[in-house]
Amino acid sequence: MITENRLEELRRNAVPMKPESGYYGMPLLKEPVWTWEVPAYFFVGGAAGAAAVVGAAAQIAGADRGLVSDARWIAGAGAMLSGPLLVADLGRPERFLNMLRVFKVQSPMSVGAWTLTAFGTFASAALFADEMRKRTQLPVQLIGDASAILSAATGLLMATYTGVLIGATAIPVWSQHVSVLPVHFGASALASAVSMLELAGHNQKALNILGLAVAAFETYMGYRIESDDSEASEPLRRGMTGITTRVGAFFSGPLPLLLRIARFRKAAAASSLLGSLITRTAWVEAGRASSRDLRVPLALDGRNAAGARNQIGK
Amino acid sequence: MAGRRVTGFFTDSTLCIGCKACEVACKEWNEVPDDGFRWSGLSYDNTLALGHSTWRHVKFVEHDATIGAGGNSPDLMTWQFSSDVCKHCENAGCLEACPTGSIVRTEFGGVYVQPDICNGCGYCVVTCPFGVIDRRPDDGRAFKCTFCYDRQKVGLEPACAKACPTGSILFGDLDALERAADRRIAQLHAAGMSDATIYNPKNSSVGGTHAFFLVRGDPKTYNLPPDPIVPVTLLKPAWNAVAIGAAAMAIGSLLAFALGGRK
Repeated sequence: MITENRLEELRRNAVPMKPESGYYGMPLLKEPVWTWEVPAYFFVGGAAGAAAVVGAAAQIAGADRGLVSDARWIAGAGAMLSGPLLVADLGRPERFLNMLRVFKVQSPMSVGAWTLTAFGTFASAALFADEMRKRTQLPVQLIGDASAILSAATGLLMATYTGVLIGATAIPVWSQHVSVLPVHFGASALASAVSMLELAGHNQKALNILGLAVAAFETYMGYRIESDDSEASEPLRRGMTGITTRVGAFFSGPLPLLLRIARFRKAAAASSLLGSLITRTAWVEAGRASSRDLRVPLALDGRNAAGARNQIGK
Repeated sequence: MAGRRVTGFFTDSTLCIGCKACEVACKEWNEVPDDGFRWSGLSYDNTLALGHSTWRHVKFVEHDATIGAGGNSPDLMTWQFSSDVCKHCENAGCLEACPTGSIVRTEFGGVYVQPDICNGCGYCVVTCPFGVIDRRPDDGRAFKCTFCYDRQKVGLEPACAKACPTGSILFGDLDALERAADRRIAQLHAAGMSDATIYNPKNSSVGGTHAFFLVRGDPKTYNLPPDPIVPVTLLKPAWNAVAIGAAAMAIGSLLAFALGGRK
């Protein structure tokens, strides 16, 4: 139901009917209904998936057992937090099990629900086995390590599929970036996993190498977004969502990169974590703004579509 | 499919008088809740768009007359009406995206949301290229035109088509309607209404719609997108990017620990 405030806004921005302004400048697409739980899940689920990958890599390389153990904790706890976040966002939370009613490869949401289910199973098994190994003499090493490898394999998907989820939609700013979003979100997830491990006191050189690499990549992503002057990408540069995007990009890319070069590793880690969270929120909010922009779906001439322009960037 | 009867809506806006009987009939038959009792100030259109509780929506298109097109008078503005509805796409974004299998293709070729299965994930909302389906906040589930699936099951026509007093909303076999639309457009063009055009995006990735429209002028003035994109066409580049991202993350992590794991 349209609210009085939204109606006021629509009236204020309405324009005379012309092919250049659509139907009174009314938005063509519907706004995403997702609330804060969804970007929070992008952050938590991504970090958990990437932590499983880092943990498995550390284990294969024979790194410190404490690091492997903490990585399993991040993966397991993140997986356990992801479920409730997604359920809370449903319009009918009591029906969350319907997500596992069918498997549809053509639905990124369905693939994601099954990925989270598999990842959660493996990540919590790996964590449980690790804690049992510390406390008991039970022969759980093998099953724990096998689960850890499987959690890393599904973790790779956890860290990246959310880019497909928003990319393969009708929302212009998301679909425009469909072929970079999975990599961007994967890098952001890896940055958060590395940062969490560093803040937990681990200072392996490998973590710093990963931190440097993703900060460099995120700096490139920030540059790429900044230099993209297409209409579809406007919510990433203009208005409130433009500010959020830039703040997120600054804390994800250049700032941690400089801090790492200056050897302030913990400060860089904190910056990357914050940047990742802000970046996920910024993308969802940009999608909301983009859904109001009828210029892209209607293929309108930007300069003439004054009314359309007013509908976004508020 | 053998024995499958594909039905459609052909909405001819040149016959629409803006009475909104379709909106009312739809609401009554489907027990759709009210969509607010507010004046928009934009012509006689107070619902403004299709939505979770507006399954038929009459657009009131006012603009300056294009002299010479269809015998427009130079003294009067033109005022056209068009009853909008879910397009029931051949390749439906909402249907493909639905993770619960709640959205299905009926035996009549329509796109139907099963209300007992929908869990309100909201993914259909962002995958509809026409901005039709939406989640009803106080209910939590997604709603849109059902193509009166219940009525079609027992051989009745949808409530909106039944109520339309001018024959602007035609219901029937899709093939027959498409032929009727071709005849109608030829008739209108012959009568001098040169700006009449059919909106049915068959050349887009949507692959045509089961509810199509005859409008005057540019379909953009009716918020009808010239090239709607069904989001499943984006899956290939998206999953390719996942492969690249996942490979980079896996190899990068292994390399990093091989180089500096013990320090």
